[in-house]
Amino acid sequence: MSTANGGYYLPEPSPWPVIMSSGLFITALGFILQINGYAPGPWLMLVGGAIIVYIMFRWFGQVIAESEAGIYNDQVDMSFRLGMGWFIFSEVMFFAAFFGALFYVRVFSVEWLAATDMLWPEFDGLWPTAGPGPDALKAIAAGTEPGPGQFSPMGAWGIPAINTAILLTSGATVTAAHWALKKDNRGSLVFWMAITSLLGIVFLSLQAYEYAHAWTELDLTMSAGVYGATFYMLTGFHGFHVTMGTIMLIVILVRSMKGHFKPDQHFGFEGVAWYWHFVDVVWLGLFIFVYWF
Amino acid sequence: MSEAAHHRPTGLSRWLFTTNHKDIGTMYLIFAFMMAIIGALMSLVIRAELFEPGLQLVDPNFFNQMTTVHALVMVFGFIMPAFVGLANWMIPMMIGAPDMALPRLNNWSFWLLPPAATLLIISLFVPGGGPAAGWTLYPPLSIQGGMGMDFTILTVHMLGISSILGSINIIATILNMRAPGMNLMKMPLFVWTWLITAFLLLASIPVFAGAVTMLLTDRHFGTQFFDAAGGGDPVLFQHIFWFFGHPEVYILVLPAFGVISQVIPTFARKPLFGYSSMVFATAAIAFLSFIVWAHHMYTVGMPMAGELFFMYATMLIAVPTGVKVFNWVATMWQGSMTFETPMLFAIATVFTFTMGGVTGLMLALTPVDFQYHDTYFVVAHFHYVIVGGSVLGLFTAVYYWLPKWTGHMYSEGIGKLHFWLTMIGINLTFFPQHFSGLAGMPRRIPDYALQFAEFNMWSTYGAFLAVFSQLIFFYLVWKTVKGGTKATDQVWEGAEGLEWTVPSPAPYHTFETPPKVS
Repeated sequence: MSTANGGYYLPEPSPWPVIMSSGLFITALGFILQINGYAPGPWLMLVGGAIIVYIMFRWFGQVIAESEAGIYNDQVDMSFRLGMGWFIFSEVMFFAAFFGALFYVRVFSVEWLAATDMLWPEFDGLWPTAGPGPDALKAIAAGTEPGPGQFSPMGAWGIPAINTAILLTSGATVTAAHWALKKDNRGSLVFWMAITSLLGIVFLSLQAYEYAHAWTELDLTMSAGVYGATFYMLTGFHGFHVTMGTIMLIVILVRSMKGHFKPDQHFGFEGVAWYWHFVDVVWLGLFIFVYWF
Repeated sequence: MSEAAHHRPTGLSRWLFTTNHKDIGTMYLIFAFMMAIIGALMSLVIRAELFEPGLQLVDPNFFNQMTTVHALVMVFGFIMPAFVGLANWMIPMMIGAPDMALPRLNNWSFWLLPPAATLLIISLFVPGGGPAAGWTLYPPLSIQGGMGMDFTILTVHMLGISSILGSINIIATILNMRAPGMNLMKMPLFVWTWLITAFLLLASIPVFAGAVTMLLTDRHFGTQFFDAAGGGDPVLFQHIFWFFGHPEVYILVLPAFGVISQVIPTFARKPLFGYSSMVFATAAIAFLSFIVWAHHMYTVGMPMAGELFFMYATMLIAVPTGVKVFNWVATMWQGSMTFETPMLFAIATVFTFTMGGVTGLMLALTPVDFQYHDTYFVVAHFHYVIVGGSVLGLFTAVYYWLPKWTGHMYSEGIGKLHFWLTMIGINLTFFPQHFSGLAGMPRRIPDYALQFAEFNMWSTYGAFLAVFSQLIFFYLVWKTVKGGTKATDQVWEGAEGLEWTVPSPAPYHTFETPPKVS
């Protein structure tokens, strides 16, 4: 271990980053081959994905060990806080691109298309658009015009409303866990973390059920016009982030059970809690602009 | 802690596993130089084809691939990594920090680049060839392209992760690792410009990632974001792209502003004129960069109110930029100037960048842009800004800090030869393009009308001169690394700042004990 005199921890050379990059490279190559229909694609993705997961175990494992050994001082802690905070900011900007696309099509392009009559004669620029759905290509092939009513949009007041309640509740329970940690009440910490993780899993299960329902019964697929595109892009990336967040919550749960974290030093916990609040806020945006209005 | 206590790997694994900001900075700079060579060779393919009218050397599709990949390589492979390399080397030394705030992450930021570049280069050799839609990747062309476009999209994703992680590291370092007494308004301007650049990167790169993700799903997963048949709009891509793209050009040039703000005071032997106005001007440019994106799309058919807003907002940028140019000139005013190679490059940067800035103001005017749009005038404009601003700024930085990095003085004579050949080369390349553009020569076309023949011939001569002059630069750097006159700690008589208080070459670990800044 090399530390500066001020006590700032400077890690030794590490093999993890470069192996992580090669894992990403193999995954990316496999993905490209896969979507272009070349055989080794899935195998490469499997190998690359395994490398990534393995390195995450080793790299995070090392960081956790260092943290538990108490070699991170307050200044290192502040670097982590700045890092996580600005990482979440970059994630916000990633979602901003898709929200921007949503607002653009809702405010501009659908309306412009309605004004030109170019899609089909009765196309009126409403949101949710009611077409063209997955049958549009078939309709064109059959020589008829694609029309409205080929899919049903997703309503707000079923599963999405329940999911909103679940995520908001989980935001409260993770705060309860944080209070317990600060009061050094280990049992309460583990209990609330377990509840929070469970709420994450329930959210994801309901979301999976909703996707199956939309895809098979409502004919709402990714190719269901720009409504389907924005719907799946926004909810899909959000769902991916909730998946990551839930895994992170479970890691924190396990670490809590193992006795990690101190009442005055527990950035690992806080970073995950920030991330969880972030996916919560994004969901509120989704609920309002994708499902409700 | 003594040097012997470190288990520092040697050989290849030193570079693969390093967590040292100087090692990582060096790797960034070497990588950037390699990419610059690749990008420059592609530009020579373009210029050779355009040497005379008619189609002679390459087929048009390959020509389009060259214009596209040349731009992607230069922007994402050369200039951005080169400035991150400078940031790595210099920021910890300039603020009195022992290293970057997150050293392992720093290593990962670099080692994402070579695989990403590999993906981009592979794209040229797959069925259908590389991306040929221009670096802006506009649909529908980018949706129709072959699998080379998928390679490009994944390249962008990996480069994006690298930029985001690098920016996070730079922000954490600057905000958290400054030596006692080094408050924000005492920071060297290079550090300031990089802090602001890092914010620009964090706010814009993820948006680009979102845009290319939508391209990818439009290409392979049936979405219709950019297809009017499904209610989408190809123009939507342009909006999202340029929301990223305009901050991106300031990402390329702001660190160069920082560099010349260090160099001009050194060789004018005067403190920088208007330090705080420089900081605020940089912040103002950064803010404005997010509300001017549609000036790249005047001809796409926007409402009049939009055209007017983006025109006025764009012209507003000339104010803080003018403040900067004024301050540089005012710093030189009545200074006791000497003209070592870094100073020559710094003055040239101010001059050529200002030329690019003025043509930028011309392009900002909506009515005249209808004439200039997609002509060689635009090509001349942005090459004056990017080559004349960013690349000359990079040369300024390398000559200025090379003695600090290597411990040796470079050869002033060879440096000046490199400077003059480069200046003649790039001006010969890009100056005639103003005229061919104003006369109506379109960009990204491998053939042209006879009337443009002479301008293009000059341009091609200039390009070959500019590119081959860089062999001199390579030779100079190589020689300086290998040996030469020993450099002093301060190196330059008028140099001020913490990096000049440590030995040359700078020791592997600097400022393990934070220096005191008064």
